Amino acid sequence: MLRLTRISTSQIPLEAPSIVPDRLTRLRVVEIERLPVQHGSRTEKLAEHFRVTGDAIDSHVLMDGDCSRVKWLGAGMTAGHLHIESSAGMHAGSRMASGTLEVAGSADDWLGVEMSGGLIHVHGAAGDHAGAAYEGSQRGMTGGVILVDGECGLGTGAVMRRGLSATAGCGDFAAASMIAGSLFVFGRLGRFAGAEMKRGTIAVFGSEPELLPTFRKACQFDPTFLRVFLRRLVELGFGPAHGIEVRDVQRFCGDLVSHGQGEILIQK
Amino acid sequence: MTINDVPIDDQFAEAFGMVACRVIVTAVSAKWARIAATEASGYGTSIIGCDAEAGIERELDPRETRDGRPGVSLLFFSLNLEALGQAVAKRVGQCVLTCATTACFNGLPKSPGQTFRVGGRLRWFGDGYQVSKVLDDRRFWRIPMMDGEFTCEDEFGTTRGIAGGNFLILGETQTTALAAAEAAAEAARQVRDVILPFPGGIVRSGSKVGSKYQPLKASTNHAYCPTLRGAIDDSALPENVNAVYEIVIDGLTREAVIEAMRAGIHAACRPGVVGITAGNYGGKLGPHKIYLREILGSR
Repeated sequence: MLRLTRISTSQIPLEAPSIVPDRLTRLRVVEIERLPVQHGSRTEKLAEHFRVTGDAIDSHVLMDGDCSRVKWLGAGMTAGHLHIESSAGMHAGSRMASGTLEVAGSADDWLGVEMSGGLIHVHGAAGDHAGAAYEGSQRGMTGGVILVDGECGLGTGAVMRRGLSATAGCGDFAAASMIAGSLFVFGRLGRFAGAEMKRGTIAVFGSEPELLPTFRKACQFDPTFLRVFLRRLVELGFGPAHGIEVRDVQRFCGDLVSHGQGEILIQK
Repeated sequence: MTINDVPIDDQFAEAFGMVACRVIVTAVSAKWARIAATEASGYGTSIIGCDAEAGIERELDPRETRDGRPGVSLLFFSLNLEALGQAVAKRVGQCVLTCATTACFNGLPKSPGQTFRVGGRLRWFGDGYQVSKVLDDRRFWRIPMMDGEFTCEDEFGTTRGIAGGNFLILGETQTTALAAAEAAAEAARQVRDVILPFPGGIVRSGSKVGSKYQPLKASTNHAYCPTLRGAIDDSALPENVNAVYEIVIDGLTREAVIEAMRAGIHAACRPGVVGITAGNYGGKLGPHKIYLREILGSR
């Protein structure tokens, strides 16, 4: 296992897209120490900000110290396991394709944006646009799983195309313009959820959200697939899914201004 | 060799390879899962006349199923991947999809090129209202139904199984032979990864390859029919045998078939049973020869 310990205390954000397990696997410690990071307007060596010990032959990287202003951690990763013992900065796990990113604290905005595979588990909260798309992009996440034990901010899962995102709550515009995929919310769901969604599922447990008038109630039923997904979330260690029994789920079809083949499922 | 004073013939069971799959059917209650499973595995005794050999492997506790509901595990066997895929899709479509509250899941690992689609075929019944959900590497189809929706996994994995593991129970009377066969079937069913595809797990119609009538591939195994003993020269039955039942076992592995045969034979060796032998076709049918004395001696 490779351990990267944050030693600098600068409040200026650090951009470290090189901290990706599969890229560090074949590098020696001295080579890792020389990797470039962007500190404000300056390009510096990774060793100026992190103490590097061990190796990443097993594709396992552990980060400790304050990483809440370190951006792009695990961005684009295709294998391995990145464990961040504190919080992660913006763009963590963005565009990742495989592997596991675990954040013991919280994650800033743009978590797992446009990811296509792999697993992100944040044990704290997450900022805005988790699992969504960058400005100008056609699609948000297209695969993989994002678990946020705490709440997410605005625009969670917007323009999602595929994959599963689960959170203890989220702000406004969740799954807006969703193309497909699943967003599970175990608590508060903000306003304008599913606005202009074409297909896909927003499942809400434990709250009664205010829905857009362009969602129409279909029925109350017992969707089997929800049980399958909940069981998988429990297997993945997602705390909010524990003890949830699927029963009397209300289905709302929408958004009727855009295809209307999506759904919001609500279990109070 | 004897077990409980019942002689074990020095014969081998001749089994053959088939493509197999496991289908997990769940429902709101064990009762409805059982109804769907029974329907889906009906008319699945022998590949001689059915599209697949089928049977219930065991009932599943809610903790063992993907959706946390009661379930039943079914095994299906057929000659090749395409035939198996068609048979299972039709059976699931007609007998599981139609049954109240059910869902259907793959029960075997999937290997590239060794899968067939079930949900992927049945989704068309949704007439455009079907919905696909992907979780990990599995795709599920949700098809609207009048009681909610039918969830069915898209692809099912297969494995190379073994069909035709068997042994014959030679009884003094029909009553004693049937009682022994029932005990044998019950014991064999306790083994995982096997099914007994015939009614009650017991076969009265032992067959041989070919017939005097040209179009028939199989016909009654006359050597084991007690009513013919006085009329034929090649009867295989001793004087005191008046009924014979066969236990046929299909399994996902050779080991499972052997284990089920072993359990069944031990259970069958009881008073009123004159002997245990096995059905084979002189090596003409299949490559798997399972010698009774060898599997019983190796315990």
